[in-house]
Amino acid sequence: MSLPLFTPGEDPGPDFAELLRRIDYLPPVPEVKVDDRVPITHGTTVVAIRYRDGVVMAGDRRATAGNFISHRELEKVFPADRHSGVAIAGAAGPAMEMVRLFQLQLEHYEKVEGQSLSLEGKANQLGQMVRNHLPVAMQGLAVVPLFAGYDTGRDHGRLFEYDVTGGRYEESDFASAGSGSLHAGTVVKLGYSEGMERGDAIDLILKALFEAADEDSATGGPDLVRGIYPLIATITAEGFERIEEGEIAERFRALIAELSTEEARGGERA
Amino acid sequence: MSMPFYVAPEQVMKDRADYARKGIARGRSLAAVVYDDGILLCAENPSRTLRKVSEIYDRIGFAGVGKYNEFDQLRIAGVRHADLKGFSFSREDVDARGLANQYAQILGQIFTHEIKPMEVEILVAEVGAERAGDQLFHILYDGTVVDETGFTVLGGEADAIADRLEGAWGDDLDLRSALQAAVDSLAGPDRQLDASDLEVAVLRRSDSRRAFHRIEGSELDALMG
Repeated sequence: MSLPLFTPGEDPGPDFAELLRRIDYLPPVPEVKVDDRVPITHGTTVVAIRYRDGVVMAGDRRATAGNFISHRELEKVFPADRHSGVAIAGAAGPAMEMVRLFQLQLEHYEKVEGQSLSLEGKANQLGQMVRNHLPVAMQGLAVVPLFAGYDTGRDHGRLFEYDVTGGRYEESDFASAGSGSLHAGTVVKLGYSEGMERGDAIDLILKALFEAADEDSATGGPDLVRGIYPLIATITAEGFERIEEGEIAERFRALIAELSTEEARGGERA
Repeated sequence: MSMPFYVAPEQVMKDRADYARKGIARGRSLAAVVYDDGILLCAENPSRTLRKVSEIYDRIGFAGVGKYNEFDQLRIAGVRHADLKGFSFSREDVDARGLANQYAQILGQIFTHEIKPMEVEILVAEVGAERAGDQLFHILYDGTVVDETGFTVLGGEADAIADRLEGAWGDDLDLRSALQAAVDSLAGPDRQLDASDLEVAVLRRSDSRRAFHRIEGSELDALMG
């Protein structure tokens, strides 16, 4: 691998994706619909909620290929950089590659330019990546991310949803993507209130994922046998932080106890 | 038809080397010092925006002296090289030695084939998990690579500064004393350098992933006080 030097007119600047294009490193676009021929691994439900200190993001751990469960411990929530995170739904292979490229894009920009992009700039970058992915999405490999971060300039959390065309939609309170997003979104919508505490926001997001798993076969619920729980992270002024599995397990047990009592009393759940 | 004058190759090389050395000697110097928890990079640089010291990759830092646009071009090429390598293989496959060799190739090529050599001296530093893994590659304008241990000085007055640093350097320096040694050596007996004349950064051994960290403002004042 030689040192990538460019003449001033050819220089890709701080854009790593553009650098990949200059050296012809990008993967080819499939010419036929891929998911007609081989089962594609899909990631399912991810949710993000804005709360008092920033944003909480979560994703279930299941990946499916057709009607099979292909992975039980897939991670769908990633740090994008210190103050932002990205969660993915859709075709798992291209989605994880997109996350890897996005993380590197932000770090590359920061190193070349000597300062990091604004949160708005990061959200737009991800939108461009999704848009560039559209030809591949049309062949059945759609990727739909969620982007959330703490805006250090404005001192609050912000959320962004995307569609397959790269359309970028800022949401004020909560956002969700993936096959179980409708159910998860409804639970969050009913339980949400402005300025929630950290614990309440985490409990709400857990409940949303639980209900999504209850209604959508592609979304994984808590796996008490194997000890697999959704992956949750908070993004605050202090940065991206994954919540420890112990805390999630404990909150899940409390949620299950609460739901079981309701069930025993014959109460109807939403 | 006029015949071109014959110039001995020795003379051509000497002229180019003199030219490059003169260019480098015009700027201020910098020192890299290994201390107990990493590598200190300390440059005399009154500018807050045109950096001489910067981050290349998780454990790798870069420093350059001489002509700013030339070493900055090399710095960006280094960031691209490292990021591409990490993207196509894995993060742990990116190392300072490979990068230093690439720089040496380019500088050597330019020195012998281009009209003008690059008026730069650069440093590629990598902090290891253990102290024995620390690496300092000092690369000259003609592509010569020197693998240094403990400390190194880049710039016009490198020899005089290195002599002073030799006296002050020890195996067991902490950050504060390493900075003291670097600043005193850069300043020399007749001058005093304060925080506003310096650009200081460290590659911290104990940091989890990205080891590069700038020391500025109140943090630098506290260390120098």
